[in-house]
Amino acid sequence: MSNHLKDIILKIWRQNGPQDSGRFETYKVDEISDEASFLEMLDYLNEQLITDGKEAIVFDHDCREGICGTCSLMINGQAHGPERSTATCQLHMRKFSSGAEIVIEPWRAAAFPIIKDLMVDRSAFDRIIESGGFITSVTGGAPDANLIPIPKPVADSAMDSAACIGCGACVAACPNGAANLFTSAKIAHLNLLPQGQAERYKRAESMIEKMDEYFGSCTNHGECEAACPKEISIDVIALANADYRKAKLKNRKFISRI
Amino acid sequence: MSTQLNSKIPAGPLGDKWSSYKEDVKLVNPNNKRKFKVIVVGTGLAGASAAATLAELGYQVDAFTFHDSPRRAHSIAAQGGINAAKNYQGDGDSVHRLFHDTIKGGDFRSREANVHRLAEVSVNIIDQMVAQGVPFAREYGGLLDNRSFGGAQVSRTFYARGQTGQQLLLGAYQQLARQIGLGGVRLFNRTELVDVVTVEGRAAGIVVRDLITGEVTSHAAHAVVMATGGYGNAFFLSTNAMSCNVTAAWRAHRKGAYFANPCYTQIHPTCIPQSDEFQSKLTLMSESLRNDGRVWVPKSPDESRRVADIPEEDRDYYLERLYPSFGNLAPRDISSRAAKRLVDKGQGVGPLKNGVYLDFADAIARLGIDVVKERYGNLFDMYERIAGENPYDIPMRIYPASHYTMGGLWVDYELMTSIPGLYAAGEANFSDHGANRLGASALMQGLSDGYFVLPYTIGNYLAPMLNKAIPSVDHPEFKAAELAARERFAGYLNIGGTRSPDWFHREVGKIIWDYCGMERTEQGLEKALSELPALYDEFKKDLRVTGSGESLNQTLEKAGRVDDFFQLGMLMCRDALERQESCGGHFRTEYQTEEGEALRDDDKFCHVAAWEWSGDPMTAKRNIEELEFENVHLATRSYK
Repeated sequence: MSNHLKDIILKIWRQNGPQDSGRFETYKVDEISDEASFLEMLDYLNEQLITDGKEAIVFDHDCREGICGTCSLMINGQAHGPERSTATCQLHMRKFSSGAEIVIEPWRAAAFPIIKDLMVDRSAFDRIIESGGFITSVTGGAPDANLIPIPKPVADSAMDSAACIGCGACVAACPNGAANLFTSAKIAHLNLLPQGQAERYKRAESMIEKMDEYFGSCTNHGECEAACPKEISIDVIALANADYRKAKLKNRKFISRI
Repeated sequence: MSTQLNSKIPAGPLGDKWSSYKEDVKLVNPNNKRKFKVIVVGTGLAGASAAATLAELGYQVDAFTFHDSPRRAHSIAAQGGINAAKNYQGDGDSVHRLFHDTIKGGDFRSREANVHRLAEVSVNIIDQMVAQGVPFAREYGGLLDNRSFGGAQVSRTFYARGQTGQQLLLGAYQQLARQIGLGGVRLFNRTELVDVVTVEGRAAGIVVRDLITGEVTSHAAHAVVMATGGYGNAFFLSTNAMSCNVTAAWRAHRKGAYFANPCYTQIHPTCIPQSDEFQSKLTLMSESLRNDGRVWVPKSPDESRRVADIPEEDRDYYLERLYPSFGNLAPRDISSRAAKRLVDKGQGVGPLKNGVYLDFADAIARLGIDVVKERYGNLFDMYERIAGENPYDIPMRIYPASHYTMGGLWVDYELMTSIPGLYAAGEANFSDHGANRLGASALMQGLSDGYFVLPYTIGNYLAPMLNKAIPSVDHPEFKAAELAARERFAGYLNIGGTRSPDWFHREVGKIIWDYCGMERTEQGLEKALSELPALYDEFKKDLRVTGSGESLNQTLEKAGRVDDFFQLGMLMCRDALERQESCGGHFRTEYQTEEGEALRDDDKFCHVAAWEWSGDPMTAKRNIEELEFENVHLATRSYK
């Protein structure tokens, strides 16, 4: 049966818009079931705020199943909170105890400007994908799906990288605000597959250079891997770097001879 | 007198209809395509694939999403897989068999020609998605793997672990992103549709609200595609994402698009049961789990032993008992009702006695824990995070929840609604699943509509409009729609009542769930139809929305969506009341066989009900489209 937590103190970042300076405000949740999710606790707080005639706290969320990547909170200084490989929306109050003081902030990164309160703008991720995070394949012209056998370990490895949900926790956790884990996960997903070979080096080059327009540089802290709700390994960064290096060195006219 | 609808199904034998349509369809010269502008609303599987393909062909495309990125659309949450009649397993699959399974699964309430087309293009979808780099599961030899799903006796489901929807959506999103990068698509994110505009009887564009600034603006085009998903959140608790809503489809309905079969809603049998009163949504556990999990409840309602101590003879594996040939893979509607009956009889399990067991003990013994982990690991982890129990040791607890809506905007064979130039694709339309959708068919339909159907059919509409200018956004119709939208949102802020939009959503959802959920009765539906308008009046008097309309305000967004759920809820109940038969997901307790299965009335109800807006959902007009079955024999569904 569920237990109830009492007297949760929340220190939440409030900011009216990108130009506002912002401040922490303190709220108290008197009682909440430990079966409630973290975001349900915020829903409950917002209901109280509306009842009191105050403006609800803005935060991004959608599927609440840990797959859409919309939710994005720094909880006590950790991206997505204390539970490993878990997005904020799947964090439950049973991970906290009565009387807990919880600090909630938005993602902190120069490339993710704050829109309001806890909501940030992650469009820079879309710009990176638009620069090369795809395989060009015109609708209708595809060969039979079983024409190219893909060894299972290769498909599995591509899938490990493709599991990225694009939430931005890697950037928020990085002291440099770097997006190398996000960018490299996509590069690795497509560059590992036979279908992705034709655009392999161009992809690595365009995506990494687009990334550099917005984000800081990677210095191998490894915080991104620890924060990633999908446990994407920083090995993908090495893969992407290797392809980027080749893209710069090789004369791509002779790519078929590599 | 009701209007007979023309579905524009091409003549000829079933298997030739789509190819002969494509041969006869009007074409737009490549150099002329850029003269046409198409608006696509929604960026899920249907919307992203349509926008990307239309832009690839050369049309100017404006794509709209209320999410921060197109990749967030709820297609991403589909877990289990996508069907295709590839017959890679050599187990007797074919286009005809997929067609037949889908018609039968839909309880003979879908259109033959549409379903056959869906089965035909299913094979192209897999080719296309593999070419785009979707990492589908593979055998050691490198070929694609398949699994089986409810309502089928072949293995035709392609999957990418438990994240098939995610991988397919990312595939479509990446194609869309490519077109955005190339300038073929202009993307408007965090922008919500608030009205559809028609000029001289044709779709002329949309009115949207910028969610960050609150600004209301108009966008005009030669054609508009609604790929805006389903309305399962009408029930409040559902497996849909929090922001899924009916607003776009409903606003189109109010402008003249017929809304078809709103009572056809799907209740998915394998969701995690509700645990407390704060619950904001329910989480689906993929139907693929039923491949290896066994569903059971204790035979005695008073059972108090630990699960492991309950001996075999005191367990009721009710799906295997009632439906021996399909067993745990009986279709969704049938499995859901069976679970409800046992829980209602007091045989439910868990602290609130509101679930049934889905047990993997036999599968772990038969296959070993590693194989089970490989197949379902991420689903098991998710279950443990939410329910706080380890499903490798203790059986999962599951219960049905609202999951998908087969009803939606009425469309003809070309996916055009009853408004010329306005199309609906994916879950937003009603066309392919009849009264019940089979597992792994939603992804198939979304991608079929977006990649392989709309790109042909839209050209047929646009070709004769060459060099015809797009209506100006200063046209009085646009100005009037903008004004109405601004007044509507200002109105919510000015009510100054005491209850939040969420409070009303919970209440309206409860009425719809109680009376128009898994089982419906005439009496219950009439009760709902008296309670809903009363609660709606209260909503209009007692709503409280804090904050302002000039900056991002999620409470205000929610108010608009709940408003539309009220109106839709009334139409759902009216549709359920008028359809005096049971079929698929629509189960009227008055109409059942002696064994408790759905009892159709093919003489009176072998038709689509397409509702026409009259100014009030309580007086909407019911038009019908007769369904003609020339290729399958109307039979009572049996999965025994």
